[in-house]
Amino acid sequence: METSQLRIPYFPGCTLNTTAKGFDTSLRASAQALGVELVELPEWNCCGATFPLLADNILDLAGPASVLVAAREMGERLAVACTTCYNVLRRTNLAIQTDEDKRQKLNLFIEAQYEGDLQVLDFLQVLRDEVGFEKVARTVKRPLTGLKAAAYYGCMVLRPASEVAYDDPENPRALDDLLMALGAEPIEYAHKGECCGSYLAVVSAQAAAEMTYSILSSAQKNGAQLIATNCPLCQFNLDSQQAEIGRRHTGYQTIPVLYFSQLLGIALGLDADDFDWEKHSVDPRPVLELVEPR
Amino acid sequence: MQDKEPITRALIIGAGIAGMQAALDIANSGYEVVLVDKLPSIGGRMAQLSETFPTLDCAQCILTPRTVEVGHHDRIKLVTYSEVEEVAGQVGDFRVRIRRHPAYVNWDACTGCGLCQEKCPKRVVSDFERGLGRRKAIYTLSPQAVPNRPVLDRESCLHFQGDRCRVCEKVCPVGAIDLEQEGNTIEERAGCIVMATGYDLYSMDRLGEYGHGDLANVIDGLAFERMLSASGPTAGKILRPSDGAEPKEVVFVQCAGSRDPELGVPYCSKICCMSTAKHAMLYKHRVPDGQAYVFYIDVRSAGKHYEEFVVRTVEENRTIYLRGKVSRVFEEGDKVAVWGVDTLSDRQVEISADLVVLATPMIPGGGTVQLAKMLGLHADEAGFLSEFDASMQPVETLRAGVFMAGACVGPKDIPETVAQASGAAAKVLSTFARWGKVAEGEAAARAEDL
Repeated sequence: METSQLRIPYFPGCTLNTTAKGFDTSLRASAQALGVELVELPEWNCCGATFPLLADNILDLAGPASVLVAAREMGERLAVACTTCYNVLRRTNLAIQTDEDKRQKLNLFIEAQYEGDLQVLDFLQVLRDEVGFEKVARTVKRPLTGLKAAAYYGCMVLRPASEVAYDDPENPRALDDLLMALGAEPIEYAHKGECCGSYLAVVSAQAAAEMTYSILSSAQKNGAQLIATNCPLCQFNLDSQQAEIGRRHTGYQTIPVLYFSQLLGIALGLDADDFDWEKHSVDPRPVLELVEPR
Repeated sequence: MQDKEPITRALIIGAGIAGMQAALDIANSGYEVVLVDKLPSIGGRMAQLSETFPTLDCAQCILTPRTVEVGHHDRIKLVTYSEVEEVAGQVGDFRVRIRRHPAYVNWDACTGCGLCQEKCPKRVVSDFERGLGRRKAIYTLSPQAVPNRPVLDRESCLHFQGDRCRVCEKVCPVGAIDLEQEGNTIEERAGCIVMATGYDLYSMDRLGEYGHGDLANVIDGLAFERMLSASGPTAGKILRPSDGAEPKEVVFVQCAGSRDPELGVPYCSKICCMSTAKHAMLYKHRVPDGQAYVFYIDVRSAGKHYEEFVVRTVEENRTIYLRGKVSRVFEEGDKVAVWGVDTLSDRQVEISADLVVLATPMIPGGGTVQLAKMLGLHADEAGFLSEFDASMQPVETLRAGVFMAGACVGPKDIPETVAQASGAAAKVLSTFARWGKVAEGEAAARAEDL
């Protein structure tokens, strides 16, 4: 169907194989419909999950560096779906590019000759810059007309801006623009990039609940019917904290939190049965029924 | 030294308070001055200010005697609406090519009656009013403009945009409108040059966390000055730009871009602690039942009677000073939400404000860096002109015969600017005097030879 096939190595990361399965299935199916062939790295390991901030902690870069080496063998670019993986891989790659000491030590340790000559791209970035939102809009079969969606970016694709951002960190647009391309109405609100609480839930359920509450209530106050995000950890926090929020704030109305790729898949007219809806604490399907059928 | 006698005539670039002060000092000592400014009239930034700290003098009232004196001075040649294009020669004989922009008005014939401005049908947003007010397509910067001669802005003029409009031409009682006028270049010669190109404010567009300059009720300090000014767009009333309502809660954000190497400029902009205290005080004078908040890193009020002024703002005007940065400013309904931190009580602060005023940093006036290149001067990373010696020769540049004064050298307030301008003028005058002595000596030597 599509003549211009884009072939790009793909790193799903562990979360997309487990808790965020629906992110992975919807993303792969959508990519295919848009003429993008995602080629999963044949062997890959954990991205490291956090980028080490100690300057002399080179060992923790070995994991992500191995992923980069494997990706470079397949091409010059790597598409990453999980924003945490994107953040760690991109920063590791930058460190290898710019820090000769790290580059040498890492190469000795993992027995490679890697120079960092790889482009690490977030999948949303691939959609925006390689496919183009215009083409996405043209490929839409079931526009999400009338659906008011709040784009939520979290921090991993925005900060530190000089290392990872492909968008304005204070006023990101990529996800909003994609939602618009899908026919939805992205709402304006101030909390697009505010912290979701990250791992704080482990330490203080109360603090995490309040942080997610401020994001969700801000989106709702501005008319959102659902939240669209690109980050598995944010999705988990925003979605699963709502039960606790309901206990703390009487009268709280829940709001579904989806991966943008799930909306993309629906808008492209794909079969959404394997988008893993069961894992959502707040079931998005009732809201999605508002969208006109194919 | 050149063969010919050096020219005891000064050329000053920039006719703000620095350039005017230097011009008057030099001209009143008996030498000719050419005073160039790219704007249609003189006075610079000070003409936009409402009142000055720490005395609360009306800026226009203390400025006007100077602009009028400059405007009428026999030995000062005003070349406004013009830009220096090329500088050749050297100390003693600089040859300066100046491009005069077409005003489309014959200034010699014009009487400054203002009828053209009154009748012009086209209104545009005024830069001088910092976007808060409008002007006509043919305009003067202010009613007190010196010279009181209008210019026609070709980009906005209906006639130049293809319409048949020639209203200004029709109404002008002396036939001064010249829609066929063209710009021209002139050459001026001078022995010394003074750079006084002043400052701009760092653009709010670059402050994403404070709304990118896109929020109607988030303005910068100069816009607030225009609002406070009796001759400004609101006639001195404090009104929210979005709907004209009187703001009851106003948040002032100091260091909005300064002392921020990551997102703004690394340096301290020096005047903002005082101008913010003044803004908060004047706000309370205008809106006695309103509340002003100031977020600050620390209050730098080093200057005569400055600390006392800040204390008055806090104690008499009940301004709430919060020591901490503001992390975000955004619209929420018809309010502006301000998120900040008060590091003294160790608490996060959220204020639902009606108006937010950002104390954005001073940056070198537009064109300073290009002029510096043209003249072979050095500038620092921020573009401020470099001194020959920062401690001992603070108004001398690296180029002989070129001096400098005011905010193009670094952020400074009015008193310091005026003092520095007099310093630069003194250097010009001592240079001229030395040449005079040399000439006298040569004449005496020649007389002896005879």
